[in-house]
Amino acid sequence: MSPSDSMVVKLPEPTEKIIENLLRVANTKIPEDIGWALEAAAGWETNPTAQAQLGAILENVRKAEHMYKPMCQDTGIPIFYVRGKFDSSIAKDITQAVENCTKSVPMRPNTVDPIIRVNSGNNLGLGMPCIHYIPTDDDFTEISVMLKGAGSENMTKLKMLNPSDGMEGVKKFIIDSVIDAGGRPCPPGIVGVGIGGTADECVAMAKRALMEPLDMEDPDPEIQALEEELFVKINSSGLGPMGLGGDTTVLGVKVRKAYCHIASLPVAVNIGCWATRRAVARITDSDIVYSQGVRL
Amino acid sequence: MKTLYSPLDEKSVRSLKLGDIVSITGPVYTGRDEVHIRALEYLDEGKEVPQCLKEAVLYHCGPIMVEDKEGKWSVVAAGPTTSARMNTLEPRFIREFKIRAIIGKGGMSREVAEAMKEVGCVYLAATGGAAVSYAEGLSRVTGRDWADLGMPEALWHFETRSLGPLVVAIDSEGNSLYDKVREKVAENLSKQ
Repeated sequence: MSPSDSMVVKLPEPTEKIIENLLRVANTKIPEDIGWALEAAAGWETNPTAQAQLGAILENVRKAEHMYKPMCQDTGIPIFYVRGKFDSSIAKDITQAVENCTKSVPMRPNTVDPIIRVNSGNNLGLGMPCIHYIPTDDDFTEISVMLKGAGSENMTKLKMLNPSDGMEGVKKFIIDSVIDAGGRPCPPGIVGVGIGGTADECVAMAKRALMEPLDMEDPDPEIQALEEELFVKINSSGLGPMGLGGDTTVLGVKVRKAYCHIASLPVAVNIGCWATRRAVARITDSDIVYSQGVRL
Repeated sequence: MKTLYSPLDEKSVRSLKLGDIVSITGPVYTGRDEVHIRALEYLDEGKEVPQCLKEAVLYHCGPIMVEDKEGKWSVVAAGPTTSARMNTLEPRFIREFKIRAIIGKGGMSREVAEAMKEVGCVYLAATGGAAVSYAEGLSRVTGRDWADLGMPEALWHFETRSLGPLVVAIDSEGNSLYDKVREKVAENLSKQ
């Protein structure tokens, strides 16, 4: 569902149940903008290997939705964004929903202690689930989730460039990062980019950018032009679906920027696989609006 | 699409050509990071390693499995995982167990391709993320070793029926489709 094609549900529904709905939808149904982009790619690809890859992806997407099963066995780490008005009880609801969905969706138990590598079995553990809070004066509570698999997350890069490297240096770093990743992050996906900020904010921007639907335009014409240039250059590389060759390496490029220190030029790349799974619920006093993408 | 029947012999593996699209019917075994680490550790320590790995078709996969009330397991979703994580362990793994085919995604290193050439093994690229479709090809669970490694990391035994599509992406001569694509990408980017 794109924001224009959203589903409205009347309240009351407990927050924990809303979050379970989000996890179920994100796991089983591809966001409409990505579905369209994959269909379009299958239409223009001429390379037979690429056609086979896109055909297999689209068939799998249809089966997952009809059979109500997770489209990818790597159900990822669920990344939550909570925006608007909320209180601290939201963390408890999110935690409970993750534990419930590990059994009911089912989501694969994916979290381990990083040192002794023992699996918690419930997708919880120290520092999990991953929740970002964005308090605003709005009159709604918006809960978004993105399921981030490790194939794509492991390709994340941050570089603190010198200001003298300029935009040419920034573009080179982004293109090199996508090409070096090759087939590992399951292309064709989305390239999330952060430019500026501090080191931590730069990486956070790159990931947050992946929540935005592909058909939503950035309000800044300079960013739009940069996204278009990177999209064309990366796709002209011929890396292709799964890195096996073809005309579709990325479905979209999403860039975010923030002011940075005079001596810094941070740039971060966070890739989303073709199955960039997202779901959003905007809750007001009267209803809940569900969609599968949002600009954060 | 050509059907391969496992267990595979060296001759049929060596007849496969780069770019062939195939499916597999017969036994397939899952193994990712922890299976590789433990199998090689056990060999060093002289401990017993599951016999099923001998000349096996190895699937780089951490499936989602469910157990019913009678304790019977079935598969929900089971696409390939990123093979490159096993690059440092795989050459020895292939040589020790005479692995005949590896199913995975994203490709593997030159060192792995060399081991494949020596032993007679191919790399079959599955479409990453197509977990429901591949789960349909894993028709029956026939066993499990090393359950203590957790659901995704355990060594699952499957009987498969038309598991595919799979692209021969590294052949038994050590040719790699990934290398060819990489050369083409470098050429395309240099023109810009």
